[in-house]
Amino acid sequence: MSATSPTDALSYYGRPIIKEPVWESDIPLYFFTGGLAGASDLLALGAQLSGNSRLRTSALASATFGVAISPYLLIKDLGRPLRFLNMLRVFKVTSPLSVGTWIFSAESTATGIAAACRLFGVLPRVRATAQVLAGLIGPAQATYTGALVAQSVVPAWHEARRELPVVFAASAAASAGGAAAILTPAEQAGPARRLGVIGGVAEVAASKLMEKRLGQLVGSVYHEGEAAKYSRLARASTLAGTGLMALAGRRRAGAVAAGALLLTGSLCNRFAVYHAGKQSARDPHHTSILQKERGGRAVTQPSNRAGNGSSPAASTR
Amino acid sequence: MKPGDGVETYGREAQPRVGFFTDTSVCIGCKACEVACKEWNLVPDDGLVWTGNSYDNSGELSANTWRHVAFIEQEAPDPLKRGKHDFRWLMESDVCKHCTHAGCLDVCPTGAIFRTEFGTVVIQDDVCNGCGYCVTACPFGVITKRELGGDGGMHKCTLCYDRLQDGMEPACAKACPTDSIQFGPLDELVERARERCGDLVEAGVSEARLYLADENDGIGGAGAFFLLLDEPEVYGLPPQPIVPTKNLGTIWGAAAVAAGALAAGVAAAFLGSGK
Repeated sequence: MSATSPTDALSYYGRPIIKEPVWESDIPLYFFTGGLAGASDLLALGAQLSGNSRLRTSALASATFGVAISPYLLIKDLGRPLRFLNMLRVFKVTSPLSVGTWIFSAESTATGIAAACRLFGVLPRVRATAQVLAGLIGPAQATYTGALVAQSVVPAWHEARRELPVVFAASAAASAGGAAAILTPAEQAGPARRLGVIGGVAEVAASKLMEKRLGQLVGSVYHEGEAAKYSRLARASTLAGTGLMALAGRRRAGAVAAGALLLTGSLCNRFAVYHAGKQSARDPHHTSILQKERGGRAVTQPSNRAGNGSSPAASTR
Repeated sequence: MKPGDGVETYGREAQPRVGFFTDTSVCIGCKACEVACKEWNLVPDDGLVWTGNSYDNSGELSANTWRHVAFIEQEAPDPLKRGKHDFRWLMESDVCKHCTHAGCLDVCPTGAIFRTEFGTVVIQDDVCNGCGYCVTACPFGVITKRELGGDGGMHKCTLCYDRLQDGMEPACAKACPTDSIQFGPLDELVERARERCGDLVEAGVSEARLYLADENDGIGGAGAFFLLLDEPEVYGLPPQPIVPTKNLGTIWGAAAVAAGALAAGVAAAFLGSGK
């Protein structure tokens, strides 16, 4: 129970009202790899349009890494992994996961074609077309995951519905810039460095804004437990990476260190959001107090009845 | 009460919407509903755990508990006993609410969760792939993943869909010895519930209230609604639940803005550089 939760608010033996998300760490990992792929494909498209073929290859490599590892993470997390294809039975706009399945399928197919053409040095026009498609789908790929978690009853996610897609987009930009800066010689890596800096600044600012807008009750999850740990690590790492990229990104060692810091920051940020949701779902008061405030009713004052279920009861087996 | 979202797709096969009215004022906490549900639906045993929370040893609704009786012990005069006691029991048999606007159904990416011809919400076990998105979309914490025996799927109350198709009432309602759980056409149930609530208030039980019987609430009203004798949170229920898809437009809008910002950011990264 969070320190800011009024302990005199009502609950049923302190039990959660909603259920904690059942997703394991594969899912925040996918938010990272999927975001990296989406933003990298967009970066590769930019490089293609500006004739920077070295950067195009690096960014395509990051995107390929992202779309290659993501299906493993997504399928592994399913309760019945062999039935992953059932996601392709339907298209539902009310379900960001359904929409996202199709976005990811298109993104990974286009990226795969572009990468195969590059690898075997064949079909340059097919490669260019596939890269255009992958680049255009990229922004959707990098942001739908923010919509996916926002579309839930988890207070720390749903109440951040306006900010979460921006946080995820910024985080994706920072990671794509960082990865491409590591993989590209300094001469050709200018846009990657700038994307890393833009993304890093935006990621820290958007995350800060999100926490603030969540308010004291729900926002407190980012100051407790695992969410606090990852949130602090993400901020420190991203800030350091952004500064280093701006100051020493033209030097090889500087670019590698800054890129690694940006990637670490992006990864930790996804875990911070993930744990914030789990912690918020566990606290019945996040759900009940928010709903009462929204309903314009004052939070019920503690009743004078003792033992009404809000006191933690001893558990025996 | 409105028919549930999507029931109109059945055309002439659509049936009158049915549901549960759970009147907690006559619940005696016998748990016959929990047992009948487990028996009929072959819901597996998930262990015997003494929670220490009054007589409640099933704890909460889950994939393996489709009816759950809550027990609350309060030091308060029992209005039904005319103030002779300073202690009262609250008992409530909880169940899936079969919402008019169901979050689980809205977000299910496989189409495993569907609206039946009776307006109820059911998971098709042979389609569900266990992605878990419905768990995060339920305002009541009804659905979870069944981990027992490597099942991996999501499970919840079906309102005994198989029994409904044969014109029978659900097992829990059938087994309830006090008619605390009443099954029937939703319109009739709501009418009866309003009358019962009015009678109770008139008899001096001023805290009696209907929960989820209003079709203008955040879920469009429920197929399973309740008469409660205290605040919903006391029973572990959300006070003013809202289906998360109510904000769908805002969420997709925010994602579109974020995608646009990302494109602008990448464009900015290329500005001023030839390469």
